[in-house]
Amino acid sequence: MRQWLAVIAVAVLIAAAAPADAVEMRGTGTLGVVIERASGSVLIVDTTARAAIGRVDNLGDLSHASVVFSPDQRHAFVFGRDGGLSKIDLLAAAVTKRIVQGGNAIGGAISDDGELVAVSNYEPGGVRVFDARTLSQVADIPALGTDGRASKTVGLVDIPGRRFMYALYDAGEIWVIGFPGGATPRIDKLTGIGKLPYDGNVTPDGRHYLAGLFGEDGVVHVDLWQEPLRARRILDNYGRGEERLPVYKMPHFEGWAAAGDLMLIPAIGRHELIAIDKQEFREVGRVATYGQPVFAVVRPGGRHVWVNFAHPLNDTIDVVDTMTLKVVHRFKPGPAVLHMEFTPRGHEVWVSVRDANKVQIYDATTFAKKAEIEAKAPSGIFFTARATRIGQ
Amino acid sequence: MCVTSSTWRWWPSAILMFGLAVAAAAASERSPDTEKLTHLVRQDCGGCHGLTLKGGLGKPLTAEHLGQWNRDQLTSIILNGVPGTPMPGWRALMSEDEARWIADLLKRGTLR
Ligand code: HEC
Repeated sequence: MRQWLAVIAVAVLIAAAAPADAVEMRGTGTLGVVIERASGSVLIVDTTARAAIGRVDNLGDLSHASVVFSPDQRHAFVFGRDGGLSKIDLLAAAVTKRIVQGGNAIGGAISDDGELVAVSNYEPGGVRVFDARTLSQVADIPALGTDGRASKTVGLVDIPGRRFMYALYDAGEIWVIGFPGGATPRIDKLTGIGKLPYDGNVTPDGRHYLAGLFGEDGVVHVDLWQEPLRARRILDNYGRGEERLPVYKMPHFEGWAAAGDLMLIPAIGRHELIAIDKQEFREVGRVATYGQPVFAVVRPGGRHVWVNFAHPLNDTIDVVDTMTLKVVHRFKPGPAVLHMEFTPRGHEVWVSVRDANKVQIYDATTFAKKAEIEAKAPSGIFFTARATRIGQ
Repeated sequence: MCVTSSTWRWWPSAILMFGLAVAAAAASERSPDTEKLTHLVRQDCGGCHGLTLKGGLGKPLTAEHLGQWNRDQLTSIILNGVPGTPMPGWRALMSEDEARWIADLLKRGTLR
């Protein structure tokens, strides 16, 4: 009788353990996701092992895809160009849930409490908000500018207090949507902010939102600690009236090159980064770079900023010293360097080299290459530590 | 006499060589590197127009959406861009023949 009970107890235990034993028991703090642009798949990577540990397929059109993570860093939300929103279990390397929420998406964000996932759309335009657990829709907020026309939305980020913030590309506005309780959004609109905002982002402290303008020579700044919110123009006429170079790839306001008192942002149509004072939001210098910057990503701690460039100069990376504002290292990882991501405390940096079908891993101090991983046309690289950061 | 005959013996191959050179030059102008261009359209135009050209920050480049433009107009948009918008002119990076080849590709809508 006793023995039987023991057998039954063991059987019950095994049954209870069954769903979990499909995945290895481990933490996710060293994991990340690499977008495989052409094949609609993502690689799950381990930054400590410097290796891929899984691949998830059938995620649709992932050109220009981006990723955010659940607060527990177990799940990744992948936003695809075709409007696909996929929730991926990093440990199981499997899709937990996938919806196609719109015709043509550009990016997404997750609220500070991890409950809401917002997606910004080019087509039909506007922002949709979903329950992060079930991916059922919570709100649909069309982006109709004061002119009454539907607008593409860009530069969507989370800001503190269950809120999101983004810019309306066609209408030239910046909106803040908040969900103080439940599903009904509160919307604050800043209108007439400038022509064709093409991207935006918030500083890591959640205080300052900056949006780059394409239709004008300038940047828009919103201080989220000031009530009422006001859009202020900074860096007016940074191009000094000179004709812009053709822009073969839009620069990104991501990876905030914020170091000490400075912030470095890409100048559009120029081979330069602009250094801005973080208190005054005034220009304090320029960095001459190899090409037109696309991403300017700061090494955690702020010592260096790594910069990649637009087509056709996209085979090169510049490393900029944030004290001297000089390029201290220039090298060529290979054809089509699309993205760079630092490990959480910045000792290594992962670089996607699309046309070499490789992700390369560099020592951030010595700049020596430490490893390479095979990947199919890799683009964005996203590590789970982003889950702990505002605006990522 | 001896000299003349040897000179004459060179002629046919010289003509042949010249002909080949002309043909090669014409070919390089007339048939652009289609593999390179297809890659460019998908990856670099695709950065703004979507990998499958169904649209992004830039408008869709599907045959159906481009119906209003003829081949020359499309070629000119590609070379000169659309002023006041992010659409860049590609003149510095490609020849007119290459732009025309891309215009034809977009018109056919055969990039998948
Ligand atoms: C940096 C972003 C960007 C890149 C790269 C880009 N385009 Fe565009 N393109 C645009 C934008 C934005 C528009 C819409 C302009 C407007 O508002 O009329 C556009 C418009 C066009 C149009 C006109 C469409 C219409 O219906 O009026 C054509 C054709 C076109 N692009 C072709 C191309 C080709 C071919 C390439 C690659 C060789 C390319 N584009 C690369 C941004 C881009």
